[in-house]
This record gives sequence, C-alpha cells and structure tokens, in this order.
Amino acid sequence: MMWKKLLLVPITLITAAQAAAQEEPSAFNMTRGVTEISRDAFDMHMLLFWICVAIGVGVFGVMTWSLIRHRRSRGAKASKFSENTTVEVVWTIIPVLILVGVAVPATAVLMKTNEPAPEPDVVVDVHGSQWKWEYVYPDEDISFVSNLASGSRDASQMNAKENPADNPNYLLDVDNPLVVPTGKDVRLRITSDDVIHAWWVPQLGFKRDAVPGQFNNADIRIDEPGTYRGQCAELCGSGHAYMPVVVEAVTPEEYDKWVAQKQEAAAKEAKQASAPYNFEVAMKQGKNVYDSACASCHQANGKGVPGTFPALEGGEITTGPVDGHLKIVIHGSEKNPVMQAYGDKLSDREIAAVVTYERNAWSNDTGDLVTPEAVEAAR
Amino acid sequence: MSQTADSVLDQMEHEHSHHGPRKGPLRWLLTVNHKDVGTMYMVLALVALLVGGVMALLIRAELFQPGLQLTQPQFFNSLTTMHGLTMIFLAIMPGLTGLANWMVPLQVGADDMYWPRVNNWAFWMLPPAAIMLWIGFFMPQGAPGGGWTLYAPLSSTYAPPSIDWVIMAIHIMGISSILGALNIILTILKMRAKGMRLWDMPLFTWTWLITGFLLLLAMPTLAIAVTMLLTDRHLGTAFFDATNGGDPVLFQHIFWFFGHPEVYIMILPAFGIVSEIVPAFSRKPLFGRTSMIWAVIAITFLSAIVWAHHMFTVGLPVEAQVLFMYTTMLIAIPTGIKIFNWVATMWRGSMTFEAPMLWALAFIFLFTIGGFSGLMLADVPADYQYHDTYFVVAHLHYVVVTGSLFAIIAGVYYWLPKWTGHMYNSALAKWHFWLSVISVNVTFFPMHFAGLAGMPRRIPDYPLQFMDFNMISTVGSFVFGFSQLLFIWLIIQSVRGGKKAGDRPWDGAKGLEWTLPSPPPYHTFTEPPSPQTVREEGPHGYH
Ligand code: HEM
Ligand SMILES: [Cu+2]
Repeated sequence: MMWKKLLLVPITLITAAQAAAQEEPSAFNMTRGVTEISRDAFDMHMLLFWICVAIGVGVFGVMTWSLIRHRRSRGAKASKFSENTTVEVVWTIIPVLILVGVAVPATAVLMKTNEPAPEPDVVVDVHGSQWKWEYVYPDEDISFVSNLASGSRDASQMNAKENPADNPNYLLDVDNPLVVPTGKDVRLRITSDDVIHAWWVPQLGFKRDAVPGQFNNADIRIDEPGTYRGQCAELCGSGHAYMPVVVEAVTPEEYDKWVAQKQEAAAKEAKQASAPYNFEVAMKQGKNVYDSACASCHQANGKGVPGTFPALEGGEITTGPVDGHLKIVIHGSEKNPVMQAYGDKLSDREIAAVVTYERNAWSNDTGDLVTPEAVEAAR
Repeated sequence: MSQTADSVLDQMEHEHSHHGPRKGPLRWLLTVNHKDVGTMYMVLALVALLVGGVMALLIRAELFQPGLQLTQPQFFNSLTTMHGLTMIFLAIMPGLTGLANWMVPLQVGADDMYWPRVNNWAFWMLPPAAIMLWIGFFMPQGAPGGGWTLYAPLSSTYAPPSIDWVIMAIHIMGISSILGALNIILTILKMRAKGMRLWDMPLFTWTWLITGFLLLLAMPTLAIAVTMLLTDRHLGTAFFDATNGGDPVLFQHIFWFFGHPEVYIMILPAFGIVSEIVPAFSRKPLFGRTSMIWAVIAITFLSAIVWAHHMFTVGLPVEAQVLFMYTTMLIAIPTGIKIFNWVATMWRGSMTFEAPMLWALAFIFLFTIGGFSGLMLADVPADYQYHDTYFVVAHLHYVVVTGSLFAIIAGVYYWLPKWTGHMYNSALAKWHFWLSVISVNVTFFPMHFAGLAGMPRRIPDYPLQFMDFNMISTVGSFVFGFSQLLFIWLIIQSVRGGKKAGDRPWDGAKGLEWTLPSPPPYHTFTEPPSPQTVREEGPHGYH
C-alpha cells in the first residue's frame, strides 16, 4: 500500500498543479486550501517546484552525461580547460533572471497576504497557552477554551488501551472548535499567555506565531463551509503535539445561531456561578473549570502523565491537607513553572470549586467542601 | 601577549620529543602536535556522531507508529534538543576543525599550527563541555527540551535546571571554536610556504580561512544570546520576559544572527573539501577557481544579513519580510555558481570513482536538492506553510547530513591513506557508500512529503495520515545508522595496517600534502617546501 502510494507521487503532483479546486488535502503535496491566500501560497509553491525540477533536470543531466561519457575506463582523456568567462557570465545571469521572475510574483502575493481587511466582520482573540487554545470574541462576549478531544487524549497515552487508529481525527480533534462565518472577513488577533506557540491551519494558508506580549493579526476569509484542522507549529513544551487547531466555517445564519447558543450557555454558567454554593454546585462548576484549565496536563481521568505530570487521583496533594492543595493552585509550583499560578486567572469561587472537584472526583472521596472564603483566606 | 610564554613552552616540548611523540598516556593529554590534535578532534567527532545518532534513532523509533511507544513527550523533546546540539557542536564542527588541524599545515607547507599550545587547550575544552551537555539527561526534570534553537521563554522561564549546564557548555564550546578559528587564520596568514600567494592556496585552506572569520563573528553572538538567557533566569533581568516588559522575539533576532552564519560555518569547509576531490578524480584543474573563492566570500557576506528568514511567521513588518526574502534568494546565485563550476570541472575530464569521489558526487547531487528546498523556503508566502514542518527537517538534513557530513566522510576517505600510510579496503568502502546514500534518501526524502501534507516538526506523536512516510523514514534511518559501523571498521583497519599507500595514493591529486611521505613525519615540514614544489603543486601546476 505504501509503495503504491509512492508511485502516485509524480501523478499527484501533476494533477494537483492542474486541479482548479482540490477537495481533499493530498497526502503528498501542500493543500490548495479554502482561502485566497492559501491558493496563492499553493500556486507559488508549485511555481517554485517546477522551476527546481527544470534546473535539476539541466544540472543533473549535464552531470550524469559527464559521469557516463567522460570516464577514464571508457578511455576519456582529460582536457585542460579551467576557465571560460562567457560561460560563467551566462550562468550567473540566467539564475538572476529566474530569481527576478520568482521574486516579482512572490512580492505581490506577500503584500496581498499581509494586507489587512478594511473592516473585519468578526474579531477573535486567540490565546495560545500550555497546552490549549483560548478563543475570545470581544464583540459577542463569548470566550471558551479549546482542548484536545478526550478520544485522542486517551489513545495518546503510553500503553493506552485505546488504539490511535480507531480515532478518525487522531490528534486533530478538539472539544470546542473555533467557529467562524463563511464569506466574511475574520480577524484573528493571536497572542500567547506563556511560551511561543503558532496557530496553523494548512487549509487556511498561513501560520502565525503566538508570542507573549504581542498581538499578531491574521485576516482570513473562508469561502467554503467545512471543518479545517491543523496543529500548533512552534515547539512549546511537552504538550506540543497535543494542541490541535480546529476551525468550523459555517454559513452566516448558522453562525448567528451558534453565537446565540453560546451566549445562552454562558448566561447559564454565570447563573451556576452565582447559585448558592453547596457541594453539588461546586462539583459541577469545578468539573467545568477542571476540563478547561487542568485536563490538558493532568488528564480528564486525573491520572496525569507518569514522569511528566503528576496524577491527581490518589495524589499526595489532592488527598492531603487542603492548605497545600490551595497553595499550589493559587501560587503555582515552585519546582516546575509548567504548573502555573491560577490565583489571578480564576475567581475565588472557581478555585474553590475546582479544588473541591479534584478532592472528590475519581476515587478521591475525601468529602471536603472547600469554600470561596477559604480560598480568599489562603491567597 | 602570551606568545613568548608559548614559545618557551613549545621549545620545552620540542626538546622532550624531538623525533617523535611523547611516550606514555600523557602523550594525548599534553600533545601540541597538530596531527595529534587533529586526530583527537576527529575521534571526538566520531564519538559524538554515534551518541547523537543513537538519539536520532530513538526519535525515529518513537515516530515509527502513531501513539507513544518508547518515550514520554518531555524526554522526546530532550532527545531532539540534544541530538541537534550534539550533532552541530560536537560532531560536525569538531569534525571540520579536526580536518583543518590535520590538513591546513600540510597544505600551506607549515611545520605546525601557529599556536600549538592553544591548539591543545582548544581541543581539551570540548570533552568537559560534552559531559556538561549530556549530563542533563541524568538531572532532575531531565535535559532541556526547548530545541537546539533554545527559544525564550521556553528555555528561560520554563526550562529545567539542566539548561544552565547547557549554557555553560555552549560558552566553553564557543571559546574553543574562537581559539581554534584564530589559530587557523594565523597559521594560514603567517605560516605559508615561500612562494605561495593567497590566491594560490588550496580551496580547503581558502574556505577555512573565510570560515575562521565567520566563526569570530558568530560565536560571540551566540554567547551573548545564551548569557541573556542565563541572566533572565538568575539575575532578575527581563530581556525576553514579556510579563516584565521584555520581548521573546529579541532572542530570536540575536540567536539567528548567530544561527544563520552557523550553518555556513558547517558548509563552507565542506565546499572546500569537495573542491579538492572533484578535480583530483576528474584529473582536471578546478573550473573557475577565482569565481569559486569569490562565491564563498559572497556567501559569507550574505549569510550575515539573512537571519530573519527563520522568523517569517513571528510577526515582522511586511517590508522586513520582503527584504529578507530578497537577500536570502540572492544566496542562490553564488551557490549556483559553485555547483556549475564543479559540474564543469567534471566535464570532459577523465573520471574514476574511488570512495572519496563517490561521496563528493553524492554531495553535489544531494546538497543541490537541499538548495532547491532552501530556495522554496525563501519564498515567504509559501514559507507560511512550510515553516516548522517536516519540510524544514528534510531541507536541514539534506544540507547538513548529505552536505556537511558527506563532505567530511569524503575528506576522511581522501586523506586517510595520507594520515595512516595504509590504504583501506575499497570494496568495503563502496558498500559503505551505497548503503549510506540509498538509506539517507529513504530517511529524509519522505520528510518533504510529510511536511507538505502538514506534519509539524518536533512532535513525538502525529495524526494518522502521516504514518506511511514516518515508517519509511524510520526504516531508512536504522539502515543509515548501522551502515556507519562499516566506516568505523574501515578506519580501524587502515590505522592498524594494510596495503602501503605511497606518498600520492591518488594519481590526480595535487597539493603540498602529497609531497610528504605517508604517514607524514611527526614534525611535518622540518624543511620548508621549495618554491619550485610550491609552484608545481599549486593551481598552475596542472598546465
Ligand atoms: C542518522 C542520521 C540522522 C537522523 C535519522 C536524524 C533525524 C532527526 C530527527 C527525526 C529530528 C527531529 C526533527 C524534529 O522533530 O524537528 C532531527 C533534528 C535535527 N537534526 Fe538530525 N538526524 C540525523 C543526523 C543529523 C546530523 C548529522 C546533523 C548534523 C548537524 C543533524 C542535525 C539536526 C538538527 C540541527 C536538528 C534540529 C533539532 C531541533 O529541532 O532542535 N541531524 N534529526
Ligand atoms: Cu503550542
């Protein structure tokens, strides 16, 4: 099967060059994508590819000819020439011309790609963070965290019972995709909360680094509805392979519906967050917080990753005194900066809820109910 | 400054061992002889190649299938980081420096390096540095996993304690390189035989002269970058810490101002080696000798102004991107000239295909492929897609493995008979060649496809559609890795004995080194070569 696919290489490349629109990304070539800039990048890529092929055929052709014809075993006598100004000038000028021929379209495409949309229809702030993406829609008042989907997460563990091959979108699936409308200008303002990440969806045609302390704008306009998948593309620590980027492009009507739905859900959550605090409410709210903030390292099942992220189920801290547990959540770990301080990211009540959840979820039945007042005192 | 002290020491050395090396185990610790030092560099490079190679095979074994089988993600990241650092600073660079130590004095007709004692020091800094680098694997939280590029803040705020050791190791290796570079430059400029003008020097010596200057530019820059990392970690500075007003992108600018010249440090001497071998086995003078030298000089200048092409996705102003795209594309011109000149040297030659020539030819073919992908990467709109994918890993290894490493191997096969006085088993050497050249392509060519199809680099696990390419790559890498055992065996055999090589084992080879006996006497040119010999062995001697 492998070899048959390899034989397809030249054929795929040629058809890909001619295809006006390519539905599925190819296994051998860059995807043509669903935005104008992705198609421009693809055309640029194919132009470069054919130029390289042409030069390669020329240079390797001459070289191979010499290897075959000018062998001593065939009786070739070495001639003595070692200079020829004309030839040297010619083969300096021709590459210059080729390069100018490449540079002109490349510059044009580059300028176009970087041209900001005059008035974006939708703005999304994209926060990279170890190891998840947070999407904030400032105008719609929506924000959510996008984590690797649990199917992939379970199958990605060492000695997992699940098989990666049983996940059709293994490592390319998230719980909450970014949703955007088709045919509209969407401005992504990309930044990071900790280290450098890079937001990349091949079918959208570019990647942008997520750099702490800086917003990198990227304007996209997607023509066709669909689900487009990519991954973080800048080494960002041990979870680097586990932060996929999934974009769902939907029609503007569906998009409006989605926004309404999200706002409703947010209202519900806010209500939950202000409901009288008791064990049941704390567990529910705590699970929400846990899934978006903690699960990317400690795993949804609390088992962590041996040798890298400690297990919370039956852990020394999660089943020991509450004080120690609060301290590490609020102030982070002294030993390992990857366990960040959540004190200024989460409210007293959120911390109380998530700590309550961690102390009672899985098999950690400590029975402790941690209150927001206790968190305030521990700060 | 310490010149007088040095010469006193050297004199003492001289009196001790007038007719040969010092006896006993101290010989290798104290030797100031350029051939001994060169040998030690080569042995270190070989050891590092094996250590770094084992890391590469672990990486490849993990990537054989989707899912984690062998390594946890953090350990995997340590492996890629240490593999990169080891290969660059302990395999390729010492390999090239070792060749320079052996060959530059022979090629310019000198009796030793300019500062023999400093030469010894520069070498002996490296083994402790290697230990400091690798010791991270045994420290709490393991070796650093931020990549050989050490980007902040992943390698400052978020790094394990072992990063401090890596930084110290980099400092030591940098000082060693600077001393080595000064020594080579001075040997070339001050110790050339009478009658050898600069323009007559062999190409290997030429490329090393220029590389020496490039090292003097690049290594201090690296030292600055990692020192800033260190002060950010321990002295409360915030150069790269955005939460306190710093800028992580600044690190990348400084790092790549070193990093891009660095890749030319690894390739220019390789150009030199190939420029020696191709004429020898084509039995023709090098075509366009002067333009070859100018091309190297041009590449060196350009290499200092293209650094930001590693940073096209970091959010640079579009004008800057255009500028760096243009300067990068310009490098294709002198590089192209070099390749055309090698081909023209072969044209209407009388070619034979002994082991050194085979490796040099593979270099020209495969380095050119690496050059093509480089040209593609220079194009910014397309690079938005290629950047940080396996397409880059493929490009990088075509230039650094089938480029630098192949040239070093070619050089070893070319000069080994001179060093040891014995021929190696040429049939076995051909096996080594064919196994390596096939498997290296099986390893790295599919990475182009994986990258184009969207596989990011530096990931321990990958989506299912990249599986076939990764399986092929892994199989290739194991064949490539184990083929190198043949190389080691051939070297050991040649050191131990075998058919006598004679002074000039290759009939087409020119250069002062071939006028000496094989192996050369302990004190190389006890009598300087006569101006007539210099002329005959120089570039005009062919006529
Ligand atoms: C058997 C030969 C080799 C194999 C199979 C191999 C394989 C690999 C692999 C799989 C990676 C990781 C790519 C990634 O995830 O980004 C890598 C990275 C790298 N390799 Fe090699 N490699 C080999 C030889 C070399 C040599 C001789 C050099 C010489 C300089 C070298 C330099 C590098 C560098 C600089 C990196 C980047 C490290 C980083 O991302 O921090 N490799 N190699
Ligand atoms: Cu990331």
